[in-house]
Parts: sequence; structure tokens; C-alpha cells
Amino acid sequence: MAAPIAIHLEFGGGAELLFGSVKEHHVTLPNQSEPWDMKQLLVWIRGNMLKERPELFVQGDTVRPGILVLINDADWELMVGVLPECVLCVKD
Amino acid sequence: MCQVDEEYNGQLDHRVTPRVSKKCVKCKENTTVLIIRAGDAFCRGCFKEYFIHKFRAMLGKNRVIFPGEKVLLAVSGGPASSSMLSQVQEGLSRDAPKKLRFVPGIIYIDEGGASGQSMEERKRAVAQLESVFRATNYHYHIVHLEQVLSLPSSVLEAGSSATGKPPTGSSYKAAVDHLIPTRKNQNQHPDLSVENAQSHLSNLSMQEVQNGVTSPITPEHTQALKRLFASVRTPTAKEDLLHTLRQHLILHTARTQGYTKVMMGDSCSRLAIKLLSNISLGRGASLATDTGFSDPRHGDVVIVRPMRDYSSKEIAYYNRMFDIPSVFIPGLDSKAQDKASIQRLTESFVTKLQTDFPSTVSTIYRTSEKLHTACPPQNTNTQLSAKCLLCVCALDTKLEEFSAYQATLISEQLSQRRGPGPEFTPGTTAAPGSPPASSAGQGHSSGGGQSQGCETGDGGCCSSAKEPETVDLKSLLCYSCRLTIKDMTALDALPQYILSEAERRRSQMREEISEFLLDEEEDEAIPRVNGS
Repeated sequence: MAAPIAIHLEFGGGAELLFGSVKEHHVTLPNQSEPWDMKQLLVWIRGNMLKERPELFVQGDTVRPGILVLINDADWELMVGVLPECVLCVKD
Repeated sequence: MCQVDEEYNGQLDHRVTPRVSKKCVKCKENTTVLIIRAGDAFCRGCFKEYFIHKFRAMLGKNRVIFPGEKVLLAVSGGPASSSMLSQVQEGLSRDAPKKLRFVPGIIYIDEGGASGQSMEERKRAVAQLESVFRATNYHYHIVHLEQVLSLPSSVLEAGSSATGKPPTGSSYKAAVDHLIPTRKNQNQHPDLSVENAQSHLSNLSMQEVQNGVTSPITPEHTQALKRLFASVRTPTAKEDLLHTLRQHLILHTARTQGYTKVMMGDSCSRLAIKLLSNISLGRGASLATDTGFSDPRHGDVVIVRPMRDYSSKEIAYYNRMFDIPSVFIPGLDSKAQDKASIQRLTESFVTKLQTDFPSTVSTIYRTSEKLHTACPPQNTNTQLSAKCLLCVCALDTKLEEFSAYQATLISEQLSQRRGPGPEFTPGTTAAPGSPPASSAGQGHSSGGGQSQGCETGDGGCCSSAKEPETVDLKSLLCYSCRLTIKDMTALDALPQYILSEAERRRSQMREEISEFLLDEEEDEAIPRVNGS
């Protein structure tokens, strides 16, 4: 059981063009039985936030090569496993 | 292992990702924030040190920037060039005796006219960047791409280098050492004198031209520029042309404002992509100058690339962590399809490969480091006309009768559709517009001699009046510039300086050839002698 999580997303380096040229987004992820992880978050972003050209942002399970993801200002590759419940940052 | 019946039971399916420790590999104390290359995890402080050190090491290893020189920083607003700007600021501000000493200036080229942005968007971007530049207190120039239409044709001439012979390592050391004793000798204010001199210099230059923005542009200029880019059919050629025009503008600004060096912010990833796409474009002969640290093709102005050791990931993280301001400005290839142009395709290829094989970019980079410019044999035949008109790289003027390039020209001629005269343009031939890259890449990138150009000209002259002009321009260009021009439908949309320089070189060539042609009067003299 996961309560709705409020997260703060930031897009930069051109990625914001796909989100209506808005760099900062505050969103609340809905209630869900399993805890949220990055894969689900990306699917959610693709379904709810992406305005155009989904293939430029998401490729299959993960982000398109070339897009860098920071979670709390730390490299995504450093983390393994489940998304922690806190502020999150997505940057190109 | 390599038997026919061997079965790999899914053991090779997933790549084993090495477990990354939580402590920084360098200081082994702090928690890590990012991973560079294969498995090196750094903490924030160590990463910053590493980043700054790389910049200074790059400049120190290649001793081309002399103390006191005026260096122009080409800033596009993107992450790499903004990072370069902050590194220069960082390097110039230190009090240590090892601080960088040169006088920087900034140039920004507003390409909104070519990429289809509206005037408000362009003004907004320029205003954002101006506030960044003002914070640095360096002299800056904002140049619009429309100004390329009014450049003088001297831009295309390679100037001679400032000193007679290329500066050697010993003269560099001497130049740096010279500064240090003068500081020691000053009894009262050792540090201030040098600082005063430098700030005085920069103040002077600020006062001379108060405003960094050059003359405002008119809508007609924007229209002419749009027409130029609309006449180019393929996005590949558009990007290539844009790159060439940008280089000309930067060079012109550097020359008129007295800068002897230009720093470009090409990162490692960007250069790896550029290397591969240049090979595909037919620029294999000038790979060393296009992707190397220093680019001496223009003679008096040397282009250096100090960011060429940084991957785009490192730059992006550094900018994010240390709040380096950068402005994203959409360009020609923003939101383009993966297969829109050769450059775009190469970029997506390299980035995709990089995710699975993290050493891709560094391998390509190391390969490019091994390329060196072979010094051409110094003979009297190397003159100005031996350089390509647009990209100023060396033209190979020696005729090679059986080269691969000759073969492609002949097959192009043979497969041209002989249509009615006025409608026939080189672009509508049945021959493939861009001959296979392999023939260009294999070293036979001879630009074709002058008589070669005339031969194809004669073949074409028969069919249309437009041909001679196209072909004559072609004979002044290197192989890849020829391909770019071939994709243009209206050659007269080219800026005036290119056309006038082409005309000048053609007449120069004609003068040289005319010595060898028989005069008509000599022919008439012969019957007279016989008759008398």
C-alpha cells in the first residue's frame, strides 16, 4: 500500500519542450497497491504529462538514451531498486 | 566454446552490472553522487576538483594559449559552452601563480533566423544570455546570423599566423616565466600591478565598444537568410551550411576585434558524433583539424577545443550541481526525427550504443586523438586556391587519374538524364545525390583538379546555361562542400561574399591557365606567313 506521493519534477536541457516548455512540475502520484518505482513513474509521466512525441522521451521501459536522470541530485545509476519517497529530479 | 551444438542457456542475457560502492573512489569518505565512465563513483567535492583539473590540464598540456592573448569564447548557451565559460571564469579568478592568463571575450550567434524562431523568442533568449554574460564582466558580442550576408570576402582567405614560425614549447615556457619574476620584483604591491594591467586592458576594450550588440537586423535580412536555407533541400546540407556560416561569422568577429584564438565548447560526446558524421559527409581528409584540440586552418586565428575531454554527462551533472546558468535554445535539429539528417542519425547511433557499451565515446575520442595533420610537402604550388572556398580545408589539387572520385564523377555523368535545357539542374539527375561514403572515406578525397572541373563543365555546358556556374563553384570546393552545394536549388541565395570570392578565384585560375593557351592571333599569323 502506498499513499499518494507528492513529487517535484524538473526538466531541463531541452526536455521541457516536450512538456509544454514548463520546467518545474509538482505532481501527486495516485494511490497504488505496490510501492512506486522508476519504471512505473515513467509510464505515468508518459501517460499523463507528456504533451507530444513520446518516442523522444521514453524508449521501451526506460528513458531514451541521452537523457540523464537525477534522483535527489544523485545519479540514477547509483541507486538500485525502489523509488524513495522524496523529491525527484529529471534532467536531460 | 565455439561448437555448433553449443547452447547458451540464457546466461548471456543480461549484462552483469558491477555493484557500485557507496563511497567515493577518490576520498573514500563521502557518499557518492554520480558515476563517470565504467564504475568510478565520485562525491561532490572530488567531482568538482576533477572537473576543474581536467580543464586546466587540457590547456596546460597543449600549450597554445599564451599569456596576455585575446581569446574569444564561442558560447551557444548550451550546457557545454556555458560550462566552458564558467571554467574560464574559475581559472582566471584564482590567485595562485598558476592561474590562467588571457583576455577573454564572448561571442554568441543568434541563429533564430535559420531555425525559424520568432523575433520575440529570439529577443528573449538573447536577453537571458546577456544577463549571464554581464555577470561575467567580460566583453561580449551578440551577432545575428543575418550578418553573414554582409561579410567581406576576406573572411575566406587564410591569414598568415601572427608569428613567423609556430610557437614552440620553449617560447611558451619563456613567456609564462617572464610574468613570474616581474611579480617578485615588485616590492610594494606584487600582485596588484599585473592585476591592474589586466583590468586596465579589459576596461579599455569595454569602453571602446560599449555595447556588445552589433547593428540591429531588418526583416529583409531575415527573409534573405530564410530564402538561403529554404533553397537547401536536405537537413544534412542545412546543418552543414549552418555550421560553415557560423564558423565564418566567428572568424570574422575574431579578426575584426583582434582575437587570436577562439575557444569552442565541443564536448567529447559531441566530437565523437562529429567524427563519425564527418566521415559520412565526406570530410575524412580534414578529420584531424575538425576534431582535434587545435584547428589552425585559418592561419591567424586558431580554434581550440578545451572541453573535448568531457562527456556530456559530466557537463550536465556539473552544471546542475554547481548552478551554472545555461539557456536552451532550440536549433535546426531539435525534435527532428532520428533519420532526418546524417548528423542526427549518427548522434542517435552513438548515444544508443553508449548506453549499452559505456566506453564507446571514449574509444572514439582516443581514436581521434591519434589523428594528426600530415604536413603537406612545402612546395611553391601551395597557394590560396588550394583551399576549399567554404570550409578552408586543403584541396587536393593533384590530378589522380584513376581515383575513386573520378569514377563517381564518370558514373554520374553517364547516368544523367538529358532533359530539356532550362529545366535541367544538377540536382535533378538520376545519379545518386551523394555518392557512397566509403569512396570518400578511403582517402581519395581529391577535390579534383582545375581541368577536371572544366571537363565536367564541358559535359554539362551542352545541356543547360545554369551548369557552368554550378560546376565552376564546385571546382573550388572540397568533396563534402560540393555535396552540400549540390543540394541547393538556388545558388544565388548564397551570401555575396562567397559568390564574389568564387568569381575572384575563377578569374585568377583563368589568368593562370591563359598562359598555356594559344592566342588566336598566333593562329592568324600562320596563314599570313605562308601567304607572303
